[in-house]
Amino acid sequence: MDGFWLAALKVLIAFALLFNIVLVLVWVERRLVARMQNRIGPNRAGPAGMLQTLADGLKLMFKESIDPRRAQLGIYLAAPVLALIPALLIFLIIPIGAPITIGDTTYDLQVTDLNIAVLYFLAMSSIAVYAIVLAGWSSGSKYPLLGSVRAAAQMISYEAALGLALVPVILYNRTTSLAEIVAAQGGTFFGIFPAWNIVLIPSFIVFLIAGFAETNRAPFDLVEAEQELVGGYHTEYSGFRFALFFLAEYINLFNISALTVVFFLGGWHGPVFGPTFLQYLLPIFWFLLKTAAVIFVFIWARASLPRMRYDQLMEFGWKRLIPLSLVWIMVVMVAVGLRRFGLPWS
Amino acid sequence: MTDRDIAMRHRSEVAVSVELETPGMTLNIGPQHPSTHGVLRLIANVDGERIISVQPVIGYMHRGYEKLSEVRTYVQITTLVNRIDWVAGFASEVPYIVAVERLMGVEPPERAQWIRLILSELARIASHLVFMSSYPLELGAITPLFHALRDRERVLELIEGVTGGRFHPNFNRVGGVKPAAGAGKQQRGVSQDIPAGWFAQTQSTMERIFGMCDDLDTLVVGNELFKARTVGVGIIPADRAIEYGLSGPNLRASGVPYDLRKVEPHLPYPEVEFNVISAESGDCHDRYVVRLNEIREAAKIVLQAVDKIPSGPLVAKVPRLIKVPKGQTYVRGENPKGEFGYYIISEGGQKPYRMKIRSTSFSNLSILPWILEGQLIPDLVAVMGSLDFVLGDVDR
Amino acid sequence: MDLSAYLSIALMAMLGTGFAVVALWASKRLAPNNPTPEKLAPYESGIVPLQEPAERFPVKFYLVAMMFVIFDVEIVFLFAWAVAMDDFGWAGIAAVGLFMLLLLETLGYVWKRGALDWNVAQRARYRVVVAPEPPVEEVA
Repeated sequence: MDGFWLAALKVLIAFALLFNIVLVLVWVERRLVARMQNRIGPNRAGPAGMLQTLADGLKLMFKESIDPRRAQLGIYLAAPVLALIPALLIFLIIPIGAPITIGDTTYDLQVTDLNIAVLYFLAMSSIAVYAIVLAGWSSGSKYPLLGSVRAAAQMISYEAALGLALVPVILYNRTTSLAEIVAAQGGTFFGIFPAWNIVLIPSFIVFLIAGFAETNRAPFDLVEAEQELVGGYHTEYSGFRFALFFLAEYINLFNISALTVVFFLGGWHGPVFGPTFLQYLLPIFWFLLKTAAVIFVFIWARASLPRMRYDQLMEFGWKRLIPLSLVWIMVVMVAVGLRRFGLPWS
Repeated sequence: MTDRDIAMRHRSEVAVSVELETPGMTLNIGPQHPSTHGVLRLIANVDGERIISVQPVIGYMHRGYEKLSEVRTYVQITTLVNRIDWVAGFASEVPYIVAVERLMGVEPPERAQWIRLILSELARIASHLVFMSSYPLELGAITPLFHALRDRERVLELIEGVTGGRFHPNFNRVGGVKPAAGAGKQQRGVSQDIPAGWFAQTQSTMERIFGMCDDLDTLVVGNELFKARTVGVGIIPADRAIEYGLSGPNLRASGVPYDLRKVEPHLPYPEVEFNVISAESGDCHDRYVVRLNEIREAAKIVLQAVDKIPSGPLVAKVPRLIKVPKGQTYVRGENPKGEFGYYIISEGGQKPYRMKIRSTSFSNLSILPWILEGQLIPDLVAVMGSLDFVLGDVDR
Repeated sequence: MDLSAYLSIALMAMLGTGFAVVALWASKRLAPNNPTPEKLAPYESGIVPLQEPAERFPVKFYLVAMMFVIFDVEIVFLFAWAVAMDDFGWAGIAAVGLFMLLLLETLGYVWKRGALDWNVAQRARYRVVVAPEPPVEEVA
């Protein structure tokens, strides 16, 4: 197939897939949190309420979009789009299954395999900060402004931690391509334990915590802390403009969970058996199962933890996570060096 | 460093500060804001996230109960007073009715007093459970809300079972409590008041409440993030608390074990055993823990009272037309939120000449400007929430 | 230079933008639109705002940005080395180790200077209006 059309097809599939994921994700979160809180959750629209998200989206479509008087309208309208794009783009680099061979062509279950995927991911999540800052600033209102200033400080602080957490992974796997990182986790230790990067436990923990902060999820959801800042940066957004922020938020949640799986939990690796079609489907299943497990942790945390205070969050990032990551990088660096080059004086 | 060095350094810092001065922003928090519990308005002068000064504006919910009571008969006023602090409606009825009884020289029968005691404590549990649920919510924890409110509903069902109203019982009568619906003259002496099986239901609900308290202990009190948000935040020293007229759990959390149930009981509190809960440091965490333990104590009181309640008439002999002789009195009681009192001046007749309501939340709220100065905005929410006020109680 | 891997990224960016623009446009057409002055006013808890939001924000927030630039740019160097670690051997590890120590030292310095303390007590300027004159030292 022509390269262009293959790419276009993959992008279309990814786009459609992502929207379905969000529809399910929001429903799962609401049902799950409800279960944890002795509630029932949405159960009216569609089977077991599965169409609730779609109904909400349609409702927002028909809601009046207000242009606040003090808003810088151009930036104000661009911000939700700017929030959505990086979220969509990060998804492109995630390998969701083992490559499939049909005839003599091999298709990657990944839209594009960048050789600098890690940097690309960090760059895209930095761009997402702009959306929130600009949204808050251009609203011309005080609560969003406070929310966006918080967002800027929080997200860039944890961006650094996020990047540092990935350095040991790259050291260990010698690549920044996600497909290769997953491939490198294929073996086993001592024949039993899967050789996932989770052996880099401090990195895993730092990455997960920074992931909470990057996606602005509880307990790090200060950006939209309802009890303090009402709606945070999207206080002044209504109708479908708000829906775009919402969409971006949930795509980001999926992205960060999927990337946690890719970087630390072995990607799509898992026991594979049976006929050919099962051998292609099982990796996807394992990948989705692991991602669901990580998402469950995110939802669980939201249901059980109070919000951190702004200064505690910043101090936790700068005084705990970053020094820890720096020291851990040095440890991994020496360990990997000993393994690959032997003792320095021999 | 010499004094001169310090002074020079300070001077240069001030110079830099003036040069880089960022204009303070005036931020209106409320009247329509998720964490002001209704319609409190705070005019905050903030610098970034730090509050320089704050000025509370109240009165958005003023309903004029003090004035209204001048044109109502004593009987009619009972329907007003339970609407002042609506999360503990019964508790704010009792001091009023006791004040009227004192003016008239009526002594309610024992059984009525014990019923009042039980219902007051149930109201305390209900009110504190609202705090238990709403306070973590203000700090961003959403789950305790549902758990605590579920059990509060059980308590409200108990109150409803006796009085017929969840929030506004309107159950007190001058000289006792309301006889059961349809209980005529001949039934007055018998215990027709409390539905059958109610005491057993109360006992099982109290067991539930103890379980809930243990759950909250692990879910909220021991939570590291909750501690990080509340320990050492919004400290009110004991002398400050007394100066600002704080009362109830807010005062006791600052280390002053002052409880009107012990000091000035007008219900048979001396006959039950309970501890006055107090804490040391007076920060938000202590205020939460004090209330949590008060729920336990209140449940213990209820259990004791259920065992001890005597049988007998519900209402003392009072004239059909309530007329209060000339005189004045002040009666205060330990509302869940603190000292709640009524000052009634009677010139004789069916209506009071003047009634002053000493409402708890109003006095507790007066410390806000002092305590919020220099706090961060997230702490504003934490501190304000920990004072546990109800806007109806502030504005009256 | 082969940029074919980036083709799908460009396509997705276009698709995403297109979706967002069309959705916003459709929403504008489908939804009612009757603005009133009250509706368009910025939200401030139900009160007409007394004052515009501040144009300048405390320096503290810019400091975060500066530190981010310092640290994040350093991290990028680490990535480059981490991929090609095998080519440099112990010499590379030693060099990067030194670099990391410098980073840690920077962090320690910033920490000690108080730039990482976010909940400092009120600044002097709120309490002291005029700085005291430095005392004149007596000449013996």
